[in-house]
Amino acid sequence: MQKVLGDKRAILILLGPALLVYTAVMLVPIFWSAGYTLFDGNLVRGFEFVGIDNYVEFFQDKTALEAVFFSLRFSVVETVLQVAVGYALALLYVFGLRRASSLVRTVVFFPVILPTVAVALLFRRFFEAAPTTGPVNSFLEILHIPGIDWLGQADSSFWVIVLMELWRSMGFYAVLLYAGLLDIPDDIIESARLDGASGWRLVRSIIVPLSLPVLLSAIIFSINGTLKVFDTVVALTNGGPGTATTPLTLYMFRTSFGYGEFGYGSTVALMLAILCLLVTIFIFRSSRRDVTKG
Amino acid sequence: MTALTSSTPDRRKNRAVRALRRLPLQIAIAFLLVIVVYPLVWMLLGSFKQQSEFLTEPFWSIPREWSFDNYVSAFVEGGLGRYMLNSVLAVVPSLTLVLVLGMAAAFALEVMVWKGRGPILLLFLAGIMIPAQMLLLPLFTIYFRLHLTGTLWPLIITYTALGLPLTVFLMATYLRAIPREIFEAATIDGAGVFRIFGLIAVPLVRNGLFTVGLVQFFFFWNDLLISLTFTNSDRLRTVQVGLLNFTGQYGAIDYGPMFAGISVNVVGTLLIYLFLNQQVMRGLASGAVKG
Repeated sequence: MQKVLGDKRAILILLGPALLVYTAVMLVPIFWSAGYTLFDGNLVRGFEFVGIDNYVEFFQDKTALEAVFFSLRFSVVETVLQVAVGYALALLYVFGLRRASSLVRTVVFFPVILPTVAVALLFRRFFEAAPTTGPVNSFLEILHIPGIDWLGQADSSFWVIVLMELWRSMGFYAVLLYAGLLDIPDDIIESARLDGASGWRLVRSIIVPLSLPVLLSAIIFSINGTLKVFDTVVALTNGGPGTATTPLTLYMFRTSFGYGEFGYGSTVALMLAILCLLVTIFIFRSSRRDVTKG
Repeated sequence: MTALTSSTPDRRKNRAVRALRRLPLQIAIAFLLVIVVYPLVWMLLGSFKQQSEFLTEPFWSIPREWSFDNYVSAFVEGGLGRYMLNSVLAVVPSLTLVLVLGMAAAFALEVMVWKGRGPILLLFLAGIMIPAQMLLLPLFTIYFRLHLTGTLWPLIITYTALGLPLTVFLMATYLRAIPREIFEAATIDGAGVFRIFGLIAVPLVRNGLFTVGLVQFFFFWNDLLISLTFTNSDRLRTVQVGLLNFTGQYGAIDYGPMFAGISVNVVGTLLIYLFLNQQVMRGLASGAVKG
């Protein structure tokens, strides 16, 4: 038996192809990309060794630092909203709708699987100021508030991006956190109710502490996802007006394929990877400290 | 408890009070559903409107006539058919490859017994964390050197590799749930590894394979980053890149056909979702690690 399930040749045949593809297309390029950061140039021009110049340039590049700042700001705002709204929806599913929640869950989840590009083009029309007046501005006009050129200004563009991402993903976080809430044993909630806890107090003292682990993982998914935001921004504002809504991902894409700077583009990509890693570690650390305190 | 002692009018009053207390909740739910559904209704209505209706009529107007002209022009002049065909040609092979390779690797890592399978499973898992931006430039170089640019191969290869970590991880989880005795009994009965793989393991995790396939389908079909990087000509554009450039094609925005293009893309995924929503939700939630 051991011999059959330990057959080396069979392992090679089954695992080999996947491991080969994975190594060639993911593992090797990571080191390759890290190597590129020490060079300047591209495929046509050729490469020239420049040492740590790319890193020096990155920290002096105003646009790059603005992109880092945008990514972080977007990520923090979006994560707070995604997890908060998702959690509120999950509570609604469990305690407000109980068994009847299936239909609402299904409908609210639907935007998650829609193509981002299609949704972004739709939102662009939704918030349009000219030449046609989109529903949002029309609605404002009914209330006698002058319409706003939503995607023409840095601040409002930021919030339109935030809103669209929230619309697209709230159903997902709701289902994720809903699964976590279902795992809380009924008798704990029941006994808390018998002890007189209800409503807001029940949520704050019993439900939230018990769903901390799943909340934490939701926050980590959300942070990692929002730091990598690309499709939404490209299709909604394309980084504009100017470079006001350019996250690190789009900046990397621009420098690499717009300006053909492979070395510098790789440096930006590496910074993005490091940023994702640092933020994840930071959240893990701070959550662990809180747990020991409480 | 109180129902035993309370009289009928009291009970009726209780029910009224309870209904009233549920009213804010019901308003909230109605509001939620409107927020989710209204943009899509507006999109569908828009796909039947003519250019002049967009410019002069208010946004809540109903299309003057229900003709499919916008759809025709999205396909004929907009090239939507070509884009969709490209997407299918890239997604179907990727999906097949990622499921076959991922399932085989998960079987080797989870069911078979050998030293070093733990670390290799971890190695696959690590791939979930990597931002795709780290891979684009080296892959671009590789595909350029191998003269693969100008074909759909870069998309197929990249999708397959990017889908592998999640597929291996999830399929390994499904295989772990099967009692080991089944595999051991099969070996005692004299079955070889490949018979066990094909006749026992694959049928037993068929539902899992289907769920993972569905999740990967949405990732591949909705992808923009990879297809934007590796499709350099209009001939190769996938549906997402094609839609993105829909606006630029005529100079001024041609609203009707654009709404039609968006609608086709959205309704396609909607149909898949309507039939399989439970599986989609479960699958995507378990694939959340992808971030």
